[in-house]
Order: sequence, then C-alpha cells, then structure tokens
Amino acid sequence: MSNKNKIEVKNLTKYFDKLHVLDDVSFNVRKGEFLCVVGPTGCGKTTFLNLLTRLIPPTSGDLFIDGTPADPKVHNLAFVFQEPSAMPWLTVEKNLEFGLKIKGMPKDVIKERVERIIKLLGLEEFRNKYPHLLSVSSEQRTVVGRAFAIFPDLLLMDEPYGQMDIKMRYYLEDEVIKLWKEFDSTVVFITHNIEEAVYLAERILILSNKPATIKEEVIVDLPRPRDFTDPKFTEIRRHITEQIKWW
Amino acid sequence: MEQKTGVRLSVNNIYKTFYSKSDEPHLVVDNVSFKVKENEFLVILGPGNCGKTVILNMISGLMERDNGDIELDGENVTSPNPKMGMVFQKMGLMPWKTVMENVEIGPKMRGVNTKERREKAAYYINLVGLGGFEKSYPHQLSGGMKQRVGIARAYTNDPEILIMDEPFGQLDAQTRYNMQNEVARITSQEKRTIIFVTNNIEEALYLGDRVILLAECPARVKEIYNIELQRPRDMIAPMFLKLRKEISNNTDLAL
Repeated sequence: MSNKNKIEVKNLTKYFDKLHVLDDVSFNVRKGEFLCVVGPTGCGKTTFLNLLTRLIPPTSGDLFIDGTPADPKVHNLAFVFQEPSAMPWLTVEKNLEFGLKIKGMPKDVIKERVERIIKLLGLEEFRNKYPHLLSVSSEQRTVVGRAFAIFPDLLLMDEPYGQMDIKMRYYLEDEVIKLWKEFDSTVVFITHNIEEAVYLAERILILSNKPATIKEEVIVDLPRPRDFTDPKFTEIRRHITEQIKWW
Repeated sequence: MEQKTGVRLSVNNIYKTFYSKSDEPHLVVDNVSFKVKENEFLVILGPGNCGKTVILNMISGLMERDNGDIELDGENVTSPNPKMGMVFQKMGLMPWKTVMENVEIGPKMRGVNTKERREKAAYYINLVGLGGFEKSYPHQLSGGMKQRVGIARAYTNDPEILIMDEPFGQLDAQTRYNMQNEVARITSQEKRTIIFVTNNIEEALYLGDRVILLAECPARVKEIYNIELQRPRDMIAPMFLKLRKEISNNTDLAL
C-alpha cells in the first residue's frame, strides 16, 4: 500500500440556497485505499458523493486527483448507485466492455480485462444474457464489475447493497474486496449500514448531522476476512453507532 | 375466540405451483406447515424470491392453495377474513387523504361512527409517534413516517392477527432500526398475534418470539428457532450475534 495521496479534498462546502448541507470538509484518500463514509440518515451523504463525482458543483472548495483538479474528461471516475444501472440493451459482456470502449482502449486490452472480471465474478453463464433476465444481485454484480473494469482513478459507491439480505450482502462485499485487491483500486464507499462499513473499510469517516462535517475518523485495522462476531469488530461497530445514533 | 391461549392459526402441508406460459410447472411452496399461537410474534424468514409472499397470500385467503389446510381458530380459510390485517412493503397509502383519513379507513368502511373511529385512529397515530401529523398528506412525510401510517392503519382496523410483509424492506438501515424499535415498543405495550415476514436475519432475531426459516425456492420449512433472548434485545450482544451467525450459516444464498 502506497502512502501517496491519490485524492485530496479541500474545504468542500455546499449550500442549496440557504440550506447549508456540507461544511468545510477536507480529507485525503491514499492510492489503493478503501474508505467508507457513514453518517446519520439525511446528513447529506448523497450530496457529498455528488460533489465528489462532480455531478454538482461545490459552493466552495475543491477536489484534486493526482494533484490536479478533478475533471471527468481527464480522470477516470466510476460510480455505482443503489439501483442497478446496467444498460438494458446490452448483454452482461457488452456492459462490462462499455466503459473501456468509451475510453477508446485497444480491443485486446478490452477482451483481456473483461475476461478477467467475468472469471473473478463467476459470470460465465450470464455473459450473453440481458439484464432483465438477471436477478437484482447479479445485475448489480455486473455494474460493479463494469466500474472496476475501467481501472478508475476513483471508484465511488453509494449504498450499492442497501436492499440485499444480509447473507447476500456479505457475499457481494467479499466480491468487492476481491476486485479491490486484484486491481488495487481507490474506493470511496458510502453507506447507512455501520456493520457494512466496519466489514469493508480500512478507514471510516463519520459525518455529523447537517451541515455535515467530518466528526471523526476511525481506522479499522482488522485482518480479512473479517468476522462480525469478533469482539474487536463489535467494539468498533458499537463506538461508531454511538457517534451517529438517532434511532 | 374459544382458543384464546392456544393455537390461532394452523398451516398444514400447503403447496402451490405456478405455471409458465408454456404450461411448465414451477413449484413455489413445498409442503409448508407451522402454527401461530395467541399473542405470539412469529417471524417468517427467507431469502429473496423464495415464496414468502405466496405463503402469506394463501394464509390471508387472497390466493388459493393447491393442497393442504389452513385453519384460523379451527375454521377453514377460503377467503379474506376481517380477523387478519395486512401491512405491505409498498404501503398503499391514499395520496389524496390525510394521515387521519388514511388511518381511519378500516372502521369507516365498516360503518363505525366518526367519533369512535377518530378516537381509535388518534390513539394509534400517537402510539406510532405521529401525533401532530394527523392533517399531513403522505407526500409531506418521510419513508419511515409513511410506513408508520401503514402500521397505525393496520392496528386501527383492530385485526386479531396482524400480518406484516417485509414492511421495512425499502427503508435505509438506520430508519429500519428506528422502525424495528417502534414495533418492539408497540408490541410490548399491546400484545397481539403477529406474523412478520422478512429477509433480514437481524430484524428477525430482534423482533421474533419464534423464527421460521425457509429454504430457497421452493419454500419449505428448514428450521424453527425459539428465540429466548431477553427483551429489549441488543443487536451487538455476543449471544445475539452468535445466533445470527448460526441462522446465517443455515440460510440459502439466492444469487
């Protein structure tokens, strides 16, 4: 793991008219780091993410990738949202190729990379199927694979497994960890689910209520695969829960 | 009401098969049997698409079964029975009606007079923590609040058996915890026979007196767990997590 900062977020602030959503947020993400962001419901997590993806402009502050201002035309930014967003008119294989084609990659690179992802995710039997024939979980696996395929500078995931049952969630999370390790990607993963954050992250940022600021940073230094019944795991989970509990 | 302390609902060896357009049979419910006792909080737990809703629809008399018996207080169930009330995942609130009008709809349809039904509705609106929102419309409420309206509506209709079909499936993890606390609190204040369906093991363990674990499609009963954890339950307690792991290891993965 390198100590080089891949992403630098500086003094990010966002107002929607008078509504102050994000207040002076600064943090760095190392190259190859898996960072989770948690916060209470309605604290502005999605606004936070939309600022990082450049889908909306910040009121002030900035985002740098490799030292230059983030720009979707220059940098590879990939997103995965809660609702699976596979292109319905493309097969699983063509979905996985999609981003690589747009980036104008050579054919042999595209082929090699798509094969690697299909193999890693065990999608062989689905490769020629269209998304409507897949279960929600398999469609989301395709979308996650597509996002990793472009070797993004930054991969942003917004609650991708929010509606899955727990067993399924752990299975998909193990897959994400596998992809992340294999491709050494830099991931920012946003979730409401504290247990999920402790399972995945190397580091967790806890956001405060609106206007959101970084309340605390928690390092999760547990071996993988992690065990949700491990006392060290539950201690971290309980601590974070206490920081944001409103329910 | 003759069986006040005993079994209220008894499901014996029910089956259901659906047929595709090409007449191919697809077995969805495979010989399911269980009993629901008076004032019990029974959870039916199973992975996605395993036929949980089909079982509920047969219990509530909305769907015919192919085989087997379902008896409510010793009587054969063949059509919807006012003794049973439902809360669905999609809440089905009427958007042109206020919270109060949505909640009072059951007794109103049965011709209960305005004063009596409003008093009852107001009681349950307060119980679910929505006092002050009686005149709000559904679009003015958050997802969790709408789900509370659905729960208040079901209670106001005063069913003897309350059936809840994945009522929190669409909520975020924290709002879901909040609603689970609410249901646990309401249940401790007002005993009722509840059948609660979920795919969430944590939720099942937090709420249930008993948990019936179903296998992936076709649904059949894999195991029945008596949950003897003390209430209020702590989801991060070692005993809770141990049991969660045990059930998880016994659950099918429906990729």
